[in-house]
Amino acid sequence: MKKSSPIRSLTVGLVTLLVLVVLAYGFAVTNINFEETRSERRVASLTRILRALAHPKLFDYEFEEVDVEVPFYLGCPEGGVEPLDVDRSGAFILTSAGCSEPGGTIVVDGYNFQENSSGPINFIGFSAEAPNGVPLQVGDFQADAQGNFSVEVTIPNRQVKEDPQAIRATGRVRVGAPSISREAKVTWEKIIETVFMALLATTFGTMLAIPMSFFAARNLMSDIKMPLSNISLSLLGWPLGMWLGIKANQLLVNSLEPLFKSFIPTLAGALLLPALGFLFVRWFLSIQDEDAEVKLKDRLINLFYTIVAAILVIASTMFIGKLLLQIGDYLIPNEEVPLYFMRKFIFQVGDIITMLVPAIAALVGGGIFGGLLGYFGQTISDRIATATGKIINLIITPIAGASIAMLIMRGVDWFYQFNNPAITLYWPAGIGAVIGLALAIIAPPKRPLPIGIILYGIIRTILNGTRSVEALVMAIVFVAWVGLGPFAGALALGLHTIAALAKLYSEQVESILEGPLEAIQATGANRLQTIVFAVVPQIIPPYISFTMYRWDINVRMSTIIGFVGGGGIGFVLQQNINLLNYRAASVNMLAIAIVVASMDYISSAIRERYV
Amino acid sequence: MLEVKNLYKTYDGDVQALKNVSFKVEQGEFLAVIGLSGSGKSTLLRCINRLIEPTGGQIIWNGQDVTAASQDEMRRIRRKIGMVFQHFNLVSRSRVITNVLAGRLGYVNPVLSSLNRFPKSDMEMALAQLDRVGIKNQAYKRADELSGGQQQRVGIARAMMQEPAMILADEPVASLDPVLAHSIMQYLEKINKEDGVTVLCSLHFLDLVHRYADRAIALNDGILMFDGSPKEIDDEKFREIYGKDAERVG
Repeated sequence: MKKSSPIRSLTVGLVTLLVLVVLAYGFAVTNINFEETRSERRVASLTRILRALAHPKLFDYEFEEVDVEVPFYLGCPEGGVEPLDVDRSGAFILTSAGCSEPGGTIVVDGYNFQENSSGPINFIGFSAEAPNGVPLQVGDFQADAQGNFSVEVTIPNRQVKEDPQAIRATGRVRVGAPSISREAKVTWEKIIETVFMALLATTFGTMLAIPMSFFAARNLMSDIKMPLSNISLSLLGWPLGMWLGIKANQLLVNSLEPLFKSFIPTLAGALLLPALGFLFVRWFLSIQDEDAEVKLKDRLINLFYTIVAAILVIASTMFIGKLLLQIGDYLIPNEEVPLYFMRKFIFQVGDIITMLVPAIAALVGGGIFGGLLGYFGQTISDRIATATGKIINLIITPIAGASIAMLIMRGVDWFYQFNNPAITLYWPAGIGAVIGLALAIIAPPKRPLPIGIILYGIIRTILNGTRSVEALVMAIVFVAWVGLGPFAGALALGLHTIAALAKLYSEQVESILEGPLEAIQATGANRLQTIVFAVVPQIIPPYISFTMYRWDINVRMSTIIGFVGGGGIGFVLQQNINLLNYRAASVNMLAIAIVVASMDYISSAIRERYV
Repeated sequence: MLEVKNLYKTYDGDVQALKNVSFKVEQGEFLAVIGLSGSGKSTLLRCINRLIEPTGGQIIWNGQDVTAASQDEMRRIRRKIGMVFQHFNLVSRSRVITNVLAGRLGYVNPVLSSLNRFPKSDMEMALAQLDRVGIKNQAYKRADELSGGQQQRVGIARAMMQEPAMILADEPVASLDPVLAHSIMQYLEKINKEDGVTVLCSLHFLDLVHRYADRAIALNDGILMFDGSPKEIDDEKFREIYGKDAERVG
């Protein structure tokens, strides 16, 4: 136990004081005001909203209505009011007085109403502008088993009128079976939309997050090391290959375009090309001799075959996409056909495929040329003397640096529209070249540089940046792009899902057991094989679990993404709140609660099975 | 066949795991590597197939410099060197047969094998190897359903799928009981004697060394202390290898 000293006590005192000051400041900035919470007006509106929320409008009832009216003077006329002769054969009401000063209180008694009927009591104001009267609800009644009631109501505080006004009681009795309310039907429709929005976002997000997660895993990336010559040439090869890929794809599209105009050639292409591609790839794989030393000549022959295979694959994809479009058009020509939504699906899948083809072509082209030039770079480092290698590096690295810097600035230029070649071309080229030159001078030509870790850092940064933007904010951008509706919401959720899942997945990759990885590497397996045999089996359970978890999150997020126009239940919920239609909002909230709770349950049940 | 010259390994943080280690291994030898835990045995074995990158020195494998090999060349070197691990290092969620087939990864086409397509001959070979270690009937079970001894036999079968010229065994019996240890060592002995595969095996127990090894090398704190026949390890040598306070057990 420490001795207490004056300094210690003083410190404790000061800290306590500091905490109090911080709390006081917190009260000030958060506008804490409990007076407001006790004010009658506030309590009344709270009560009204809570009561409305407690009565979700799930069912509509048909009512039988009985209107009963008595004249009533606002402001008592001189000489008083004549007693009324009330028809007592049916339902009738009596007021404790025939007139009242504005703001006065009277008692309304009702007799002979249908048993247990209920309804509003209205004050009807007549005027020249509204000869039929404007009702203002002043109370509610609930008749007893004999059909009688007695309710105290307050007369509105209005200008005194000479002409008689009226008090009207409307007795309502439910008749027939309740029907599902319109609000409930809309809610059902929208909650389905919400769940599917989340499902699509999760599906596509997962598909893209899985490959990305391998690049964001430190343990897989850290041992990727390349000498500088390899890095520089790969950096040159990738953009070059991507550009060539896109160009080649355009050429291919232009030359094939006439064939897509009619059905038979499209069908023939969609059947023949994939078959041809499959046979070709199989033959190509079968001639690969894993035992032989790979020479440059073999490399080039392999490259040629790879390009042929790539063209076959891309052309097949294009044909299949176009075929789907045509089948969709032919089979289900209009909305009357029952499976119209399937036509839409086929059409959209075809559209997605046609849209993706240029991207695939760019990736394939980039991969081929990046890989080829990278191989030359590796050969330079492996085979050529250090001094010569250094000279080659001094030439290619500045070129690579300049090109990459110019490419990056082209992207930046798109946002900022500099329209100034000094900023977009000369400066970046100069700076890139200088950085490249510095690297070439510092780095020994044969030493492998940790390019994997750099790539890992870049990908992680992009993922973290994307993840830190809320899906709600992304939805605003997507709404601007694709318009109001669930598509924008699905895109926003999908993008957020990619970033979030790729990070979660990659952390799972990082925590796999090293042993099997080491064992598979020791057999002479290459990187792809190591991932397939040692990494994938270990990560399947956590991947399933995280995907389910993410679906759960996406369902929750998709319920509010409608607030910014992203479709789904949030859209109607916000409308209902803005229209002060709390009973309808209550239905929406109830549906959200049920869906979220059951998703939570389902996802945890599935996760438990797999972990 | 294998020559290690002046091998150094320094881990980040200046831990010197190997200091100037040199030795030779002849074709068909059963060489035991002994030493205390942390003396550098595992590092030495992993440097030979470059699972760990050596800091200095050379490793010559059949006339080829392993330390200077490119990625393609490393693949060809590694597939001729099988490896058996203390903790078996099986992929526990995969089936036994898949684990064994993984031994062929250095030979087969990377794309096809990644789609889990192996040549028929490899499938037959995998079953034959499992048969050889007596667990053919377990081939389609998940690897983690097997007992420790069985798992190590899968590990040996996997190594044998590589048609190796040499097997590196990193304390293959340290996590098994003595009876199982002998059965596993007998498999290694059989592979060594019948197939002529060179075996480099790190071991804890001296009686196992005496029983199975043709030759032994000893490491103490990363320094090669002994290189000779196991019979030459007398009490004095023993204390040199294991430290002054060590006592012989077993």
